[in-house]
Amino acid sequence: MVSKEFFADKKICILGDRDGIPGPAIAECMQTVGGEILFTSTECFV
Amino acid sequence: MDMANQARIKETAEKYGTDKVVVILGGAEAESAGLTAETVIAGDPTYAGPLTNVALGLPVYHIFELKDLIDPQVYEDQISMMEMVLNVEEIITEMSDIRSQYQDG
Amino acid sequence: MASEVTKGGSLVNFPVIRATAYVLVHAPDILMGHGTTITMERVKNPDSEYLKALPGHLRSFQEAVGYLPNQVYIGNAHPRQLTDHPSPWYQHPVEPRTQGRFGQILDQAEFYGLMKIADSFNLVELSAEFAASIKDKLPTANLSAKHFAQLDRTRDLQEIEEMVVSHQADGLYQDGQLVGCVREAHDTDPNLSAHVVFENLVCKASGVLALVNLLERFQIDPKEIDYIIETSEEAIGDMNQRGGGNLAKAIGEIGNCENASGADIRGFCAGPAHGILSAAALVRAGIFKNVVVLAGGSSAKLGMNSRDHVNKQMPVLEDMIGGYAILISENDGINPVIRTDIVGKHKIGSGSSPQAVIQAIVADPLERNGLKITDVDIFAPELQNPEITVPAGAGDVPLANYKMIGAMAVKRGELDKSELAQFTTSHGMTGFAPTQGHIPSGVPLLGVIREELLQGKIKRAMVIGKGSLFLGRMTDLFDGISLILEPNQGLSHGSELKLEDVKEQVRLILAEAMEQAAESLARR
Repeated sequence: MVSKEFFADKKICILGDRDGIPGPAIAECMQTVGGEILFTSTECFV
Repeated sequence: MDMANQARIKETAEKYGTDKVVVILGGAEAESAGLTAETVIAGDPTYAGPLTNVALGLPVYHIFELKDLIDPQVYEDQISMMEMVLNVEEIITEMSDIRSQYQDG
Repeated sequence: MASEVTKGGSLVNFPVIRATAYVLVHAPDILMGHGTTITMERVKNPDSEYLKALPGHLRSFQEAVGYLPNQVYIGNAHPRQLTDHPSPWYQHPVEPRTQGRFGQILDQAEFYGLMKIADSFNLVELSAEFAASIKDKLPTANLSAKHFAQLDRTRDLQEIEEMVVSHQADGLYQDGQLVGCVREAHDTDPNLSAHVVFENLVCKASGVLALVNLLERFQIDPKEIDYIIETSEEAIGDMNQRGGGNLAKAIGEIGNCENASGADIRGFCAGPAHGILSAAALVRAGIFKNVVVLAGGSSAKLGMNSRDHVNKQMPVLEDMIGGYAILISENDGINPVIRTDIVGKHKIGSGSSPQAVIQAIVADPLERNGLKITDVDIFAPELQNPEITVPAGAGDVPLANYKMIGAMAVKRGELDKSELAQFTTSHGMTGFAPTQGHIPSGVPLLGVIREELLQGKIKRAMVIGKGSLFLGRMTDLFDGISLILEPNQGLSHGSELKLEDVKEQVRLILAEAMEQAAESLARR
């Protein structure tokens, strides 16, 4: 499985789901993992 | 997967390089999460969006898969409740399967 | 001390839900011409297999009417009947009744007539043959003769065709045949283009349909209505005021609500909940006695997930424009009340994790009032029909909401994890509403909730509206409002304090005080 070090130098794109885990919640989590968050989006299909 | 997001991911990969970009998903269902994963690895399987026939080969994970890497308090506040709502195992299995199927190594 | 003034219950007279109406319009040609999934595909991929296959997946009016979720929506079947009905529901039709307890299902052709009636600027043109064919079929209740007379103003079909071909108008098609059009209201203003006017008129006409059904089925004199709040997601205006609004008043005019004014409330899918909240506040404050909260539907959202429906060999189920109208009135001692003292809101500072959202909207208002999640018998969150959303990978939205509410109850120690599945069936309902954005959000269940509160079948219900504000790109926030509905406890003794009662209270207080003073003097 992937390690924290893997994310350290990465550019992160977040595709959240309004009915799953929304973008901002994922972003909060990824901020504790590492890497640079480039964009966060939340999709809504209804 | 949203067409606009397909375009954004494509643009981002072109700008920073496919070895630098990582995609993190929050999909509610295994099937749609798997479809999105396949799209950013092997191209849009529905041939509908900008990633049609564009295989970026990007690393892609569902946030559930990264639980052990995330600060426990933050995970507890942001995600934990959804473990009771969504089918975590099904999502994680699907993500794993898609990666084995479409990604090299 | 004795409390004459509060005898018989709380002093507070909460506003009540007096009437509920729900309407649907079958709109297959409107879907083909205005559903954005289809129009966007025509731009990007005009030769796609999906576009070729789509017409073969459209439902007939009979099929759409005989679809159980649509019968549930207009009040001919209880949502619980969906649980045991053989699935897929689209393969097991029920009796196709166009009239229901709460409303009706209108045919597209008749709806075009309603669009013409609702049109105040001669922008809708119908051919003479078409107008003649529908005139007798239109719902007549609460639509005055002067509005009906609009149908006599017809246009030559050739002229209509020329306007459509030259892009001065969007065509109105019935079974693929051109029967009319909606003209642009301005030749250069993009906010008054034929397309925008079309969308606005669809919303207005379906809002009118909901209003006249409300007034007719509950026998309400339109003159009784003081104020109308409209909660769709359209913007009414021109290029200088793109979202000026007040479709509310425009709708009320066609419904002959001559004593009403109104305004529009926008909140994405949470719009209706905000609308009901405001209406409840206006009535509670005594400003108005009868406030209608309503909205028509969206032509843009038709066929939104149809690509997946076609891929999965299903009929296109998103062929229905939805509308609703709710009447909120001053307390009559009978109808269920809206507890304006138990309101939930997602605050700007609440956070956007699902947990934070449910905490703010559902848990906080209950906790503030000494209630548990399990003290609410029925929750009405988003009620989209899962048969529409599951094949599109969006899951069963109502069920997901019930699981989140149940999960919150588990986290709060009010429910055991093993009881979570049971909670979703005992405190929830299967979804049945069309994916028309604001339409499924909480309101579709109000008709059933009102009746069950009246019948004493349930003691408390919570209506939840949630909005995806981030879709407008002005904020990344969610939004949500919740309201609690309960049975009426009977009117309290006058909503105004009677002067004699107040004087009596003051006398008692003074007498007690003087007695205490005398006693303490005697002790010294």
